[in-house]
Amino acid sequence: MNAENKVERHTMAVLVDNEAGVLARVIGLFSGRGYNIESLTVAEVDQAEHTSRITVVTTGTPMVIEQIKAQLDRIVPVHKVVDLTTETHAIEREMAMVKVAGTGEKRVEALRLSDAFRARVIDTTHTSFVFEVTGTPEKIDAFIGLMRPLGLVDVSRTGVVAIARGPEAM
Amino acid sequence: MAAQTMTGAEIVINALVDQGVDTIFGYPGGAVLPIYDALFQQNKIRHILVRHEQGAVHAAEGYARSTGKPGVVLVTSGPGATNAVTGLADALMDSIPLICLTGQVPTHLIGSDAFQECDTVGITRHCTKHNWLVKSVDDLGRIMHEAFYVATNGRPGPVVIDIPKDIQFQSAEYAGMQNVAHKTYRPRVKGDIEAIREALELIANAKKPIFYTGGGVINSGPVASQLLRDFVQLTGFPITSTLMGLGAYPASGKNWLGMLGMHGTFEANNAMHDCDVMINIGARFDDRVTGRLDAFAPNSKKIHIDIDASSINKNVRVDVGIIGDCAHVLEDMIRLYKAKAIRPDKAALADWWKQIDVWRDRKSLSYKASDEVIKPQYAIQRLHELSKGRDTYITTEVGQHQMWAAQHFPFEKPNHWMTSGGLGTMGYGLPAAVGVQIAHPDALVIDIAGEASIQMCMQEISTAVQFMLPVKIFILNNEYMGMVRQWQELLHGGRYSHSYSESLPDFVKLAEAYGATGIRASTPGELDAKIQQMFDTPGPVIFDCLVDKKENCYPMIPSGAAHNEMILADDEDSASVSEEGKMLV
Ligand SMILES: Cc1ncc(C[n+]2csc(CCOP(=O)(O)OP(=O)(O)O)c2C)c(N)n1
Ligand SMILES: [Mg+2]
Repeated sequence: MNAENKVERHTMAVLVDNEAGVLARVIGLFSGRGYNIESLTVAEVDQAEHTSRITVVTTGTPMVIEQIKAQLDRIVPVHKVVDLTTETHAIEREMAMVKVAGTGEKRVEALRLSDAFRARVIDTTHTSFVFEVTGTPEKIDAFIGLMRPLGLVDVSRTGVVAIARGPEAM
Repeated sequence: MAAQTMTGAEIVINALVDQGVDTIFGYPGGAVLPIYDALFQQNKIRHILVRHEQGAVHAAEGYARSTGKPGVVLVTSGPGATNAVTGLADALMDSIPLICLTGQVPTHLIGSDAFQECDTVGITRHCTKHNWLVKSVDDLGRIMHEAFYVATNGRPGPVVIDIPKDIQFQSAEYAGMQNVAHKTYRPRVKGDIEAIREALELIANAKKPIFYTGGGVINSGPVASQLLRDFVQLTGFPITSTLMGLGAYPASGKNWLGMLGMHGTFEANNAMHDCDVMINIGARFDDRVTGRLDAFAPNSKKIHIDIDASSINKNVRVDVGIIGDCAHVLEDMIRLYKAKAIRPDKAALADWWKQIDVWRDRKSLSYKASDEVIKPQYAIQRLHELSKGRDTYITTEVGQHQMWAAQHFPFEKPNHWMTSGGLGTMGYGLPAAVGVQIAHPDALVIDIAGEASIQMCMQEISTAVQFMLPVKIFILNNEYMGMVRQWQELLHGGRYSHSYSESLPDFVKLAEAYGATGIRASTPGELDAKIQQMFDTPGPVIFDCLVDKKENCYPMIPSGAAHNEMILADDEDSASVSEEGKMLV
């Protein structure tokens, strides 16, 4: 397979006006044109300016990735799009809450492993823990994988947020 | 202007007037009654009452495309808005600036499945450039002006403003037209000079160049067409155009190769295939144009000028992409071309033209003449011949007749050719003709139609009669959905599944029933006199032109084939389509 057809994973940051329907426009673009969404997060980042930041992780060939960026850019309430993967050195983080139920050995083992992942216990009962764990998506995948045989019952993940290293804004 | 307090409905009217709108196309209903009431009490804006909301949108498209101004539509909520959807999708595909105002149920009822409620902004999100639901009357004035800005700047397109009924009644201050620039939407019009230099480098060294131009040149305005003509003359390069771009360069110009693409000329398509430098100006490498992508102009360097960055490298990878408005970029290009004193390679160009002349000699648009039945191509040629010297605008429906019109009716000027290119909407032509005639009351406006397509928005003949619009509906009646029949012949073993136009109305009587004039021609001998009679008839005319039922539209690049694999009329028997091609549309 040559570079032209290689499917790559890219993280994009999209700064939008926080107006009604803007998220539907972005999601509709992906579904309407058949692009993939691996993860999507959104929250207001500037209350005075009413701007929100959407972080979207997508996959595609280089031509498709370029298209996605251009298509995002032409949505009217979009201020700016940055392909964090090609244009910057970006840091990515995700947070998850992971609920593990059980007693005895497994419970102890879960707690021990959570320590290795620097996960925090944010809720506990005699038969369960809720862990809060932060890191790259791979780290969270690994943590969840380890919890599965130890009584994993529920997971809630934020999706990826990302930001470029260094002093510049996006 | 000092801010004035007025109702939402009055804000709508005042904003339209401030934007220079004098005509709107619409259809009333419960959710727009306050706006209709405000319309009633003023005399600056003329309202054209259509017979179906789809007709209103196509009419606005015809108006926009023939004037360069945005078209304005007013429809009610629910079914009014959903009926407008086809027209909006059509305008989006063909980059036509439209402002469509839709009524909505009052804000407190939104989401309650109220009578004639539908999620208009949800439904139209995918078929507009942008849309707004007005939630407060204080936002209405700003949104109205923003909407015009978005519809007409950058790559033009349709926008929808959904206005709940209570907001039409409420009062707010209207401050007139101010600060129309948009917060986030600022399309660039000037091309990057470095990219333009790179393009000129390719142009300077080209041995087999070609201009491939599209609707973007028309949308950019008459200056772009003029600059294009200048640049073609300066370089001496051959030029072809897409369906949407016809008229930007005159068909009588000596560098003109005719239209390219699926039903383009042999010389245009072969020149595209063999070129070494392609200069795409305002076209978008549409699949009707490129044919098989991996065999598309395989040995060429490609330059692409487009105002929409997402058009560049979408379907075809190009070597130099220039984001900008055609007129601005052409202006810079010509200036630098002259400043650098670029001289095209005369000898190479002469060879190239010699090759092109060989292709031209195949006379790919020729057809077997007949003195018994009217050949559709002949009918269009006569229509052109007899309309010479008039200010003629052509609209079309969709099908074979559309392609024959594009092939056989030569256009000398931009904005005189209105057709549904991207969406291919049957039913476009008649309402579009209504819109054109409204804008150009003294012009000759002809809808070249098929007997199947015309029935899709036939009701608009009533609009033409009401407003005394002398549109001429010229039906090439082959009793078939000819284009469908042609594909069934080519791809499906001649099994003509549901493509015969059964139970046709008597179009002459139909015209009379509407209060228009009906004319029928069935032999080549009577054609000229009947066409003349049509021109001489003052009001709207339906012309039922009975043509050869089995004529196919050639030349043709079959689906999945390359530009140099055209089927010509004289080798139609050997026509075949690959299995892969059958999958394509
Ligand atoms: C709204 C719509 N429905 C279906 C089609 C598919 N279609 C394309 S051409 C065509 C036949 C058109 O027949 P007619 O108007 O008689 O034109 P002809 O090809 O015979 O000239 C059809 C059904 C379409 N383009 N638009
Ligand atoms: Mg027909």
